[in-house]
Amino acid sequence: MSEKFSNPEAPSPILIERLSGVVGEDNCLSRPEELFAYGCDGLTLDAHLPSAVVLPRTSDQVAEAVAICREFGHAFVPRGAGTGLSGGAVPLNGAVVICCSRMQSILEVDADNRLAVVQPGVVNAHLSEAIRHLGLFYAPDPSSQQACTIGGNVAENSGGPHTLKYGTTTNHVLAVEMVLPDASRVRLGSPTGFAPGYDLVGAAVGSEGTLGIVTEITVRLVEIPEAVETVLAIFDEVPAACRLVGGIIRSGMVPAALEVVDQRTIRAVEASVYKAGLPTDAGAVLIIELDGAACEMDGQLQRIGELAEGEGVREMRVARDAQERALFWRARKGAFGAMGRLAPDLYVHDAVVPRAKLPEVLEEICAIGDRHGLTLSNVFHAGDGNLHPNISFDRRDPDELARVLAAGKEMLELCVRVGGVLTGEHGVGTEKRDYMGMLFEPADLDAMRRLRDAFNPDGVCNPGKLIPTTRACTESNPKARGYDEVPL
Amino acid sequence: MSDNALGLDLDPSILDGSLDCVHCGLCLSACPTYRVTGRENSSPRGRIYLLRGVAEGKIELGGLVADELGLCLGCRACETECPSGVEYGAMLEKGRAAVAEAGLRRGWGARVERFALRWILPHPGRLHALVSILGLAQRLGLDRLTTAALPVLAPANDLLPRVPAAAERRRLPAFTPAQGERRGRVALLEGCVMAELFGEINRATVRVLSRNGFDVLVPPEQGCCGALHAHAGDPSMARGLAEKNIEAFAMPGGEPVDAVVSNSAGCGAALREVGQWLPGRGEALASRVRDVCEWLDEVGLRPPAGSLPGRVCYDDPCHLVHAQGVAEAPRRILAAIPKLEPIEHADAKSCCGAAGTYNLLQVEMSQQVLAPKLDALADADPDWIASGNPGCLLQLAAGAHARGLRASVVHPVQLLDRAYGQDGQD
Repeated sequence: MSEKFSNPEAPSPILIERLSGVVGEDNCLSRPEELFAYGCDGLTLDAHLPSAVVLPRTSDQVAEAVAICREFGHAFVPRGAGTGLSGGAVPLNGAVVICCSRMQSILEVDADNRLAVVQPGVVNAHLSEAIRHLGLFYAPDPSSQQACTIGGNVAENSGGPHTLKYGTTTNHVLAVEMVLPDASRVRLGSPTGFAPGYDLVGAAVGSEGTLGIVTEITVRLVEIPEAVETVLAIFDEVPAACRLVGGIIRSGMVPAALEVVDQRTIRAVEASVYKAGLPTDAGAVLIIELDGAACEMDGQLQRIGELAEGEGVREMRVARDAQERALFWRARKGAFGAMGRLAPDLYVHDAVVPRAKLPEVLEEICAIGDRHGLTLSNVFHAGDGNLHPNISFDRRDPDELARVLAAGKEMLELCVRVGGVLTGEHGVGTEKRDYMGMLFEPADLDAMRRLRDAFNPDGVCNPGKLIPTTRACTESNPKARGYDEVPL
Repeated sequence: MSDNALGLDLDPSILDGSLDCVHCGLCLSACPTYRVTGRENSSPRGRIYLLRGVAEGKIELGGLVADELGLCLGCRACETECPSGVEYGAMLEKGRAAVAEAGLRRGWGARVERFALRWILPHPGRLHALVSILGLAQRLGLDRLTTAALPVLAPANDLLPRVPAAAERRRLPAFTPAQGERRGRVALLEGCVMAELFGEINRATVRVLSRNGFDVLVPPEQGCCGALHAHAGDPSMARGLAEKNIEAFAMPGGEPVDAVVSNSAGCGAALREVGQWLPGRGEALASRVRDVCEWLDEVGLRPPAGSLPGRVCYDDPCHLVHAQGVAEAPRRILAAIPKLEPIEHADAKSCCGAAGTYNLLQVEMSQQVLAPKLDALADADPDWIASGNPGCLLQLAAGAHARGLRASVVHPVQLLDRAYGQDGQD
């Protein structure tokens, strides 16, 4: 039976001493105040203190730390930069946090074969900066890319605006080295991109740290396109922007990105250091990015211009140069954080619907927000149908918090009802674990459990995430309830 | 546990400030101490979370919080990345004030700093006397003897330049007339460290401003800007010093000036914040403060005819780029000097580790923060490294020397001054 691991009330001083022996005293935190900030990641609603935090530098140290945790019967959870939005790095049941933020080396760049080997703590954007001089970049670009780590991206199968053309993290990971929950090490996949047999890299990417801790990642690199054009299509209302998205995709073009930003978001961003001159009186802006051969650009731009006219676009504004393009993207990617201007807390939702349903779903989502009296803004990967309804609130108001959670659940139910899924790129974590039943039959969940058990048979690695705990398990092991009572 | 330790007496604006943070983490990799340690607690987001924890009574205002606030450089690179507009610098200062009040700043370093900030820095006569003694000690070789006997003083000694000759340390003239067509009048903040150790930069600043058509007034009543006091958690002392400067710069020579110019980024940033320190009275001064490069760029630089062949790396002082938002003006000024080739180095916008008194109190971290910058500068291999803040100038000069770089470390106005000096019009 899985998830039988539970932790003692307080970590044994010998455990701390042993872990310190591996990573050094400075890199093993165990005083309560030191642990406080590791209680949550980007999802702050549900903080749980770890027993200890270790910050290894090498794969060997990760393996040793895992071995020690095992020996003491202690669960553990991997963490990167802690920018995840589904609670994936939250240490339930006092798990030891194994934080890979110091594992920042780019181990190898092979320009001929278009690949790089990195440690999990390499910051997403730093990889692209380091290889720019070779004319290459790393394509997955989550909004938090200036801070989030590639290890965390692998765990969550992160996406980003350019997912539309380039795919998510799983399309860019060729191989991984992973420390399994029994402290042994395996290499999955192959730098060639072909690995006969079961696709175990595919299983590892997006497993949210429930199968093991990835300690080395071989990623695919992509050539920087010859030409890039970024256009803002400025609309009076969101549905028209969504209809243009549908029109562009139907026309057969594959833009690099199609992002919708609504008025409330524009106003928050334009009040911040990320302001880019987006029109604050517009109902919505659709950011369209095209990339590829220079000779294709004009034709596509013209075509998009015609389609936009048909949807009643107010203005089309083409980025003048690379600098202005960068400004637009900084604004788009700073959007979540800018919501801090509206209220103390932000709940970033993440769900996917069939693209053609976007206009009606958005209308319904806004109605749900209104019904609960909430401040809602929308900024999303429209080309993928990947929605991010953002609710601004104050967690200190229990009534408002209850309405936020209720509205969030209704939004997810809506998305699933129209044929969508629970998450596009943020993962399930603790946040949506108990909603998995909306999408999956018990037999599906059981199959997932069996996959997890093949890697992580006793649930010692990132307990309580992704797959709902079965009632039977909880009853048989009362100590496991700690993570069954997560309020989300 | 006292109420104070529980944070119940914490400045309520700390809690308000922390509520602006939605925990997105975009600040993380901009933070020099997070980059070195990888620790959430040593990041801006982590420190804000700790302060909120203290304010909400969830954790104690104790050793860890004091240590992490002490470890912060106060470079405010996080503010440049923060989409939510968290006023981190202000929150840090209030947090440090609470730490100081709770008696949590311990150790000889903190004690010496407190003494120097209270009893020496604000008193030009005492500071002058102390620097004179230091200069004498250097000439007699006593500084080497002292550090041999007390190795704990070695980092401080490594940073100190040779004390300039007495002629360079005399005060600036109270009035220097504009040259050429007169474009206005400005007042100059002379500064305490600038005046004692970088008199040559002050004099170059006066010449450059005058050369650009401005009468330069140096009000003798001015004093220390209070930046170091505010950073060290002594806001009342900082406010007292600000009062004095509000007075001194209100009507120098009997009428208001077009700008109050500073050539020290840390001092300029502090003067710009006087409006927040003293609401209702400080805004008038704060709104007129300009960095010298910013001012010349704003009014239109009179381009020098003389040239300066060579390569220069500009290195952004944090309190100019992050605290005052001035990044392009100094680069444009340098680019206007004929034959001088500006080259960007990879680490220009991150902290050098000087951070006021930080390099004396947090020696190890300061050096770890400086190291990548020296790597980038070694790669760029310039003739000059230009930066506009006394602490950075000391830190960069000591670092460049230790690394064996051939570049000399200068203030941008010194290069400009040199170019003017070579156009044959002086």
